[in-house]
Amino acid sequence: MEIISTLFIAKAVFIVAVFAVTLGVAAYSTYFERKVAAFMQDRVGPDRAGPFGILQPLADAVKMFMKEDFIPTNSNKWLFIAGPCLSMLTALMTSAVVPFGDKLEIGGGATIDLQGIDVNIGILWVFGIVSLGVYGILIGGWASNNKYSLIGAIRAASQNISYELAMGMSIIAILMLSGSLSTKTIVEAQQNGHWNILYQPLGFLIFLVCAFAECNRTPFDLPECETELIGGYHTEYSSMKLGFYLFAEYINMFISGAVMATLYFGGYDYLGNSWVAEHWGENVATLIGVGALIGKALFFVFVFMWVRWTLPRFRYDQLMNLGWTILIPLAMFNVVLTGFSIISGWLMIVSWVGVALLLVAIIVYDSVTYKKKKVAVN
Amino acid sequence: MKLSNKTKVLEQGEMTLAERMYLPAIVGGMATTLKHFFMKPATIRYPEQKRYLGPIFRGQHILKRDEEGRERCTACGLCAVACPAEAISMVADERKKGEETLYREEKYAKVYEINMLRCIFCGLCEEACPKQAIYLRHDKMVTVFNERDEVIYGKDKLVEDMGNRYLREGWK
Repeated sequence: MEIISTLFIAKAVFIVAVFAVTLGVAAYSTYFERKVAAFMQDRVGPDRAGPFGILQPLADAVKMFMKEDFIPTNSNKWLFIAGPCLSMLTALMTSAVVPFGDKLEIGGGATIDLQGIDVNIGILWVFGIVSLGVYGILIGGWASNNKYSLIGAIRAASQNISYELAMGMSIIAILMLSGSLSTKTIVEAQQNGHWNILYQPLGFLIFLVCAFAECNRTPFDLPECETELIGGYHTEYSSMKLGFYLFAEYINMFISGAVMATLYFGGYDYLGNSWVAEHWGENVATLIGVGALIGKALFFVFVFMWVRWTLPRFRYDQLMNLGWTILIPLAMFNVVLTGFSIISGWLMIVSWVGVALLLVAIIVYDSVTYKKKKVAVN
Repeated sequence: MKLSNKTKVLEQGEMTLAERMYLPAIVGGMATTLKHFFMKPATIRYPEQKRYLGPIFRGQHILKRDEEGRERCTACGLCAVACPAEAISMVADERKKGEETLYREEKYAKVYEINMLRCIFCGLCEEACPKQAIYLRHDKMVTVFNERDEVIYGKDKLVEDMGNRYLREGWK
């Protein structure tokens, strides 16, 4: 009884900590987004609120709360309110299955897993929740009773559905390697430097591109579009409801970074893991592991921003073309390649050689079919 | 009709393989942005940091004194006449006995006012002045107004402070 209540409290503390970290990172992502944008454009960025502007998220939140909370007359009121709530809910739920660390020993000989819940369908859970995430946007867009919002929402929905296919197929290769859907097992299979990125270079690339599309980030940020849609699915939203939508996007970025770290970069694994465990104790090693995972996730958040301030966006037909005619066949190829590598036994060699062969084949095919540039005649 | 040989013919045929694969261009672009990420910003934190605007920038006006601390202005009114925005107004007065240390000429400006909302900082007053009394200083700008009565600058704000003289390059 004693040990169960300790475990219960420890788990509750852990879950609250995960929420706090997620929300804190999301809040500060808004600040770092602007800072990164500024640095990449040779500017200074926000620096008025507090030293270096670090109080900017607070100022933004105050601004958001002070704005008028407006609900359009002809909107569907309940769905209009449900939209941002659903968006936020689904964004936060994904972190339940991300293993943030190994076992942590707490008093009384009890240990807890630093993971919300270790279900044997961890990755399926992530996928289920990510698919639900589009409901938040679609309901918000539909309930606004505004054609531009609806078009934005439909864009988001079709884009997410298209890229989920390729994303799921790139995950299948991971599942073939680990033989389990549990995120914990996947991470444990990657300990001591056997990160999946080494065996799945192509799969990671596909997953990364799809993650951009799933988070509605540039270059796939078609759902938000000032010039065509006045704003996108959140045109009619104001105040903290709009804030929730924007916040959910940043939470999604952080969580997808954490999922990428879990699936491809060894989760909480880091260099010198066993050395730390030997010299400083298991608990220290575990906590550094948590730091490693969050560090990796934050790096991916930076990559999201980096790409956003580098690339222009795709046109909608290009987006669909990329998803359906390039990424899905590539993901299929990746599954076959992984199968070959498992049968042959040389996992790493076969996967890299396979990618190289694919590249050579594309180049050969292209040089055969490529038409010379037509020079305009004046 | 071809007028010159300067015309450049743009080749816009089919994209090459590398162009169609996006990735090389994306990596190149990301390298460029990363380079800029570590570069010094081109902008400055303006109200705290200020740039040097050059030796002939036309900022706030100053009514000069001579080396002995006497006001140079003789209230001739040429600056007010030259002013295209009609921002300058003045009231002249005669110098009394015993005021020789205060005013250089026998006539001086008792009131000298510049309306800073009207002034366009063209510098024509400075050119018109025969006594080298009024200048637009290069190192100080007119501050932001909050109230209407701050707009008109009188002699209290314009006359040079002898403890902190305004000197340009080439002046004594």
